[in-house]
Amino acid sequence: MTTAPMTAGPRTAASGTARAVVTGVGVLAPNGIGAEEYWSATLRGQSGIDRITRFDPSSYPSRLAGEITGFSVRDHVPSRLVPQTDRTTQFALAGSDWALADAGLSAESLPADERGVVTASASGGFEFGQRELGHLWGKDPKHVSAYMSFAWFYAVNSGQVSIRHDLRGPTGVLVTDQAGGLDAVAQARRRIRKGTPLMLTGGMDASLCPYGLAAQISAGILSESEDPTRAYLPFDAAANGHVPGEGGAILTLEDAGRARERGARVYGEIAGYAATFDPRPGSGRPSNLDGAIRGALTDAGLRPEDIAFVLADGAGEPEPDRVEAQALTAVFGPGGVPVTVPKTMTGRLYSGAAPLDLVTALFALRDGVVPPTVHVEETTGHDIDLVTGAPRPVTGDAALVLARGRGGFNSAMVVRGPSAP
Amino acid sequence: MTARRVVITGLGVIAPGGIGTKAFWERIVSGVSATRTITAFDPAPFRSRMAAECDFDGARHGLSARDTARLDRASQFALVAAREAIADSGVEIDAGNAHRTGVSLGSAVGCTLKLEEEYVARSDGGKQWLVDHAAGTPYLYDYFVPSSMAAEVAWEAGAEGPAALVSAGCTSGLDSLGHAVELIREGSADIMIAGGSDAPIAPITVACFDAIKATSPRNDTPDHASRPFDRTRSGFVLGEGAAVLVLEERESALRRGAQVYAEIAGFAARANAHHMTGLRPDGLEMAAAITGALDDARIDREAVGYVNAHGTATRQNDIHETAAIKHSLGEHAHRVPVSSIKAVIGHSLGAVGSIEAAASALVIRHGVIPPTAGLHEPDPQLDLDYVPLTARDQPTDTVLTVGSGFGGFQSAMVLTASEGRRP
Amino acid sequence: MSAFTTDDLFKIMRECAGEEEAVDLSSAAADQEFALLGYDSLALMEAISRVERGYGITLPEETLGDALTPAAFVAAVNTAIADRMPAAGAA
Repeated sequence: MTTAPMTAGPRTAASGTARAVVTGVGVLAPNGIGAEEYWSATLRGQSGIDRITRFDPSSYPSRLAGEITGFSVRDHVPSRLVPQTDRTTQFALAGSDWALADAGLSAESLPADERGVVTASASGGFEFGQRELGHLWGKDPKHVSAYMSFAWFYAVNSGQVSIRHDLRGPTGVLVTDQAGGLDAVAQARRRIRKGTPLMLTGGMDASLCPYGLAAQISAGILSESEDPTRAYLPFDAAANGHVPGEGGAILTLEDAGRARERGARVYGEIAGYAATFDPRPGSGRPSNLDGAIRGALTDAGLRPEDIAFVLADGAGEPEPDRVEAQALTAVFGPGGVPVTVPKTMTGRLYSGAAPLDLVTALFALRDGVVPPTVHVEETTGHDIDLVTGAPRPVTGDAALVLARGRGGFNSAMVVRGPSAP
Repeated sequence: MTARRVVITGLGVIAPGGIGTKAFWERIVSGVSATRTITAFDPAPFRSRMAAECDFDGARHGLSARDTARLDRASQFALVAAREAIADSGVEIDAGNAHRTGVSLGSAVGCTLKLEEEYVARSDGGKQWLVDHAAGTPYLYDYFVPSSMAAEVAWEAGAEGPAALVSAGCTSGLDSLGHAVELIREGSADIMIAGGSDAPIAPITVACFDAIKATSPRNDTPDHASRPFDRTRSGFVLGEGAAVLVLEERESALRRGAQVYAEIAGFAARANAHHMTGLRPDGLEMAAAITGALDDARIDREAVGYVNAHGTATRQNDIHETAAIKHSLGEHAHRVPVSSIKAVIGHSLGAVGSIEAAASALVIRHGVIPPTAGLHEPDPQLDLDYVPLTARDQPTDTVLTVGSGFGGFQSAMVLTASEGRRP
Repeated sequence: MSAFTTDDLFKIMRECAGEEEAVDLSSAAADQEFALLGYDSLALMEAISRVERGYGITLPEETLGDALTPAAFVAAVNTAIADRMPAAGAA
């Protein structure tokens, strides 16, 4: 007699064939707050990279970042949540509000157990964590905040977003460094395919605090250039590391049938995905990035020539750039597809990067124009057709997004535009 | 095409009171608690000064000096447990199947032990906001982004398929297994090295839980501080450890004549959307996760022979969980034994779900139900059969194991007996 | 005269837990339960911790369960402050 009626709903479409479409986006990027502002800045080639202002970076060898300026927490996050949240969670809360509003959905749109959330995080609420470590070690245990137990852990954004929007369906959190954003969206897509009609997904990171910067410096992957136009140059002969950034995107993912029924505006479909892992460095075995690309194409039922353009990971270091260019060449042929790295305008956003690239890809398919890789001039040595200088018109209804995480995580995702069959 | 199913062919466990699967099993069946006054650092300034610590020495367990120096304790646990699990399963991962082999590792707090240590070294003992970027180890990034833990396991195993760290707070260890099962079922992998690892016994973690009074303050009886389902329960006792399971697609495992502990037949995760640390007393979302896992397994609730509980011994959890079990299992809840092993091994956050899944597989294997140690005084509000103090011989084909965590995460997994060679 | 007032408490609550837009934290709120004012157990624990540090007192652990209203919270703090007085010089 005490069966739980609430679980009866999501089981019905368990065939695993439901399609997942994007019906709303919430963007926080260093070159634009809000999706349309970000997109127009990106088409203009406007970079958000500049000298760090959140603290005095002069004692560090890397002093540039893609910071989000002009985000007024009080305007976008409920007062009650501000003291208990790190900046990354404040971004996630604002991004999820916007992603739902953009989809024309409200808290009452569906039963609570038919909505879920999966996010990616790379480093959790790191600035909050640094502050409380300081309270513990610089003062005493009694100075550690009651909020610390969850404000810095990697699951915080899924937790806070689920509470904010009463999402009682499936949930999850993935950490795969910069690849995590795609892995989270893929996980949300699995939930849609198994019958949950609505998922919020994506990723945010915001670890531009001194300890976060120190951690990134320790890996030797940050550019030490002082010039915002010369610091992050993926695939350029002068590639010298990357610039860190903060922000990302939250997407509203819906079952395609349900979206159509309610007359939702559809940006496009998450059509294919695959992930692989690279062998241990020094093993002599090759990277598996090409396997991820091929897997995502197969999953989408597409051939390489169906892809209109690629948003590359674009590490900005010679060796990873070479590996990525080779994988693209192996699948698409030399110069076989337009490739771009709009991250050159935001810096690398860790788990926020790939969800933002998904938004970029969907808007580029919608408008038939690919934004440029800014500041890059000389791609000598890579057989790829990098879109530089100005936006380039394209035709086609499918795009590929690549994301790679430190240690060897490769993820690839294919999106299709709203008019795709 | 028939649906792909997933079996457990190897186990590796690092737990307080028992390094290695055999020692772990004997310990939880004995009901002798491994909780004690913290030895890892001086706990004097803290409200709760106890933990279930692992007597673990990476070098003794086969790790190189380089690895013990560079890896966070949680990564070391994961590596040692992965080695045990892979050896136990007898699976061979080579160039032929590397791309069909993945990793799904759970951790709630990642490499916080090293992050704290490095922070202290770089901030002049917490005094400098502008930390010294050059003062410490070159491996700081690996602690900063804990997917490094999954990478280490993947390298160790030679896995080149999908790899990820799953970090859903205290359900991480169950969710990582759920993720692995899904990848095998959907065909993204045939073999998954999956589990959970956490090593949170550090000043910052202890201070965090002190601040919200979630851990037991019963410092005068450190080996009897965790009292799941007891009237006098007063919070959880922090633990540490890891469990790694080798999961394989059932047909290929049977074809290679692999030993089989059990099948992972169903999994579901839900959010309660209620509160970052609090639980509603009705347990409805955990009940939904349980029902979801049973549906996923296509198993009737009456078939559940044992429930491995989350049983943290906080006031709220044990009420919430009891309600969830009753709501999801109905009348059957009063007939099925329910026990928590956390009085013995403590609460190891993102590892414990995998450790408890390993325990669940061993329950099926041995036909013995480990007791809820520390349960001397029943709570009149909690009226299920919690198997107090003494293990029970009881052959069991179907085990339900559940988890609940900060952020409102609720997860449930169903394990069943499977054909195949017995381990 | 009390050493610790409702206004002191509300100031701390705002700092460490914000405030609900629809709630008026005036003296009339002193006898309402914290939950109705939009403050949960975490907010209370954060507030207790700040008050303990700020006033050099230790509130009994039961305070969280008993002080369901701002008025009761303030009374518990003032009791603790009074208890502390004789030893204040030594602290």
